[in-house]
Amino acid sequence: MAEKILMKGNEALAEGAVRAGCRFFAGYPITPQNEVPEYMSWRMPEVGGSFIQAESEVAAINMLYGASATGIRTMTSSSSPGISLKQEGISYCAGADLPIFFANVVRGGPGLGNIAAGQGDYFQSTRGGGHGDYYTIVMAPNCVEEMGNFPRRCYELAEKYRVPAMVLADAILGQMMEPVEFDFEPVDPKTLKAHDWALGIAAGRERRIVRSYDLREGKLELLNLERMERYRKIQEKEALHENRQTDDAKLVVAAYGTSSRIAAGAVKMARDKGMKVGLFRPITLWPFPTKALATIAEHVKNFLVVEMSMGQFVEDVRLAVCGTARVDLYARPAGVPSADEVFTEIEKVYQGIR
Amino acid sequence: MYQGIRISGFGGQGIISAGILLAQAGMIENKHVSWFPAYGAEMRGGTANCSVVVSSDEVASPIVARPDTVIVMNEPSLAKFEPMLKPGGLLIINSSLVNSKPQRSDIRVAYVACNKIAEEIGTTKIANMVALGAFMGLTGALGVEAISKALPKVFKRAKPELLELNVQALKKGAETKIS
Repeated sequence: MAEKILMKGNEALAEGAVRAGCRFFAGYPITPQNEVPEYMSWRMPEVGGSFIQAESEVAAINMLYGASATGIRTMTSSSSPGISLKQEGISYCAGADLPIFFANVVRGGPGLGNIAAGQGDYFQSTRGGGHGDYYTIVMAPNCVEEMGNFPRRCYELAEKYRVPAMVLADAILGQMMEPVEFDFEPVDPKTLKAHDWALGIAAGRERRIVRSYDLREGKLELLNLERMERYRKIQEKEALHENRQTDDAKLVVAAYGTSSRIAAGAVKMARDKGMKVGLFRPITLWPFPTKALATIAEHVKNFLVVEMSMGQFVEDVRLAVCGTARVDLYARPAGVPSADEVFTEIEKVYQGIR
Repeated sequence: MYQGIRISGFGGQGIISAGILLAQAGMIENKHVSWFPAYGAEMRGGTANCSVVVSSDEVASPIVARPDTVIVMNEPSLAKFEPMLKPGGLLIINSSLVNSKPQRSDIRVAYVACNKIAEEIGTTKIANMVALGAFMGLTGALGVEAISKALPKVFKRAKPELLELNVQALKKGAETKIS
């Protein structure tokens, strides 16, 4: 096994994408994700790829549209306000069935907000984000090692289903350092299978067209229905989650990303005091691990959602348990709770359980 | 075992790299570690600080809000970080640059003339290592050997002679006693 390296989350994310075969990066600076383009600016030339500091976020995402249409693995990254600017282009990529990969290192919002960590972009990430009817695969790491290892899975899923995929991180995951071990060997892009839709030299074959519009009568709905079927398959097969000590739990804390690692610390404190508390952590936010959560709700009747937003993630938890359990919310909109604070909330809810 | 550490001082004093060094050393000792910087409008001459966790368990939050140890390398850092320290926690003060005295009586305080000691060894650049040495000596949280092994991993381009001075600074700092 490879040696563990101490890495910053943003750098692990960039290196993970390069190792997964990314050879085109376009981006525009914004705190707290600047280490991603900084890293790519020297790493891309090293592996024979292209790095472009674009003139704007809108330019960067549209460069991805073009590069991705040739079938290569591409990446852009930004933080909340910058990702908002990219939404038009992401919608176009979804409409053109382009498997782009991007990362949002979320900061406080709305508006310019601040540069600290937040989870306020949950709705934007899991409900499409731009205009039109589409979804993006969303993976939510909760440590630097996952920041490094999730890009590869994003590319594989994105290409398998021809949908955009993203990593939803935050300022803490981007800025912190932790030991990292990559769980895969670097991918040589030359060994990847050529896509039968990718643009290139058309001599000797039928011409191919990559676009997000179709004006022919009734065609768009047929296209959307076909895409809807792909989304259904993704929901059926690709949801990932992690359960901790949920089997005998009377209360399960539900949290993702940074919140989930802090919640894990609080759950441990509760267990040390003899309280039967577990943790449910979605690893993919879309597709949401609905079935896994519904299964827990068959025997657990109390949930506590912890999120660094006003109550966005809690909606998916409530949809999954579908009225069969009580769901409380500890909301810290653009605030980072300590494990002690989460533990205090656990105690409050736990004491109220009959 | 859990040690939450906050290190603070002027930008340029090696605050950030001292924190990375601690995390790297903890990793060498097979501990769970995290490092988290203040990443706002920091600049040389302004203030810089970082959080480090070294633990036998998974790290929940990398932001150390209630540190077990605070290392203050300059005057403004004392007022900012003394109140955060856990009762019974350790406050390491760089007495070469900090003239004020701490207000609290429920903490342990160690005064280390980091700049002076560093200068005696050869360069004030290693004042941060004197402070780290004090931390290691007083807490026993990490061994000098682990930090010595971590040095070339963090300072990849440093000359061996300079690394040797760093080790000397760590050892000298480790002789620090609580005041």
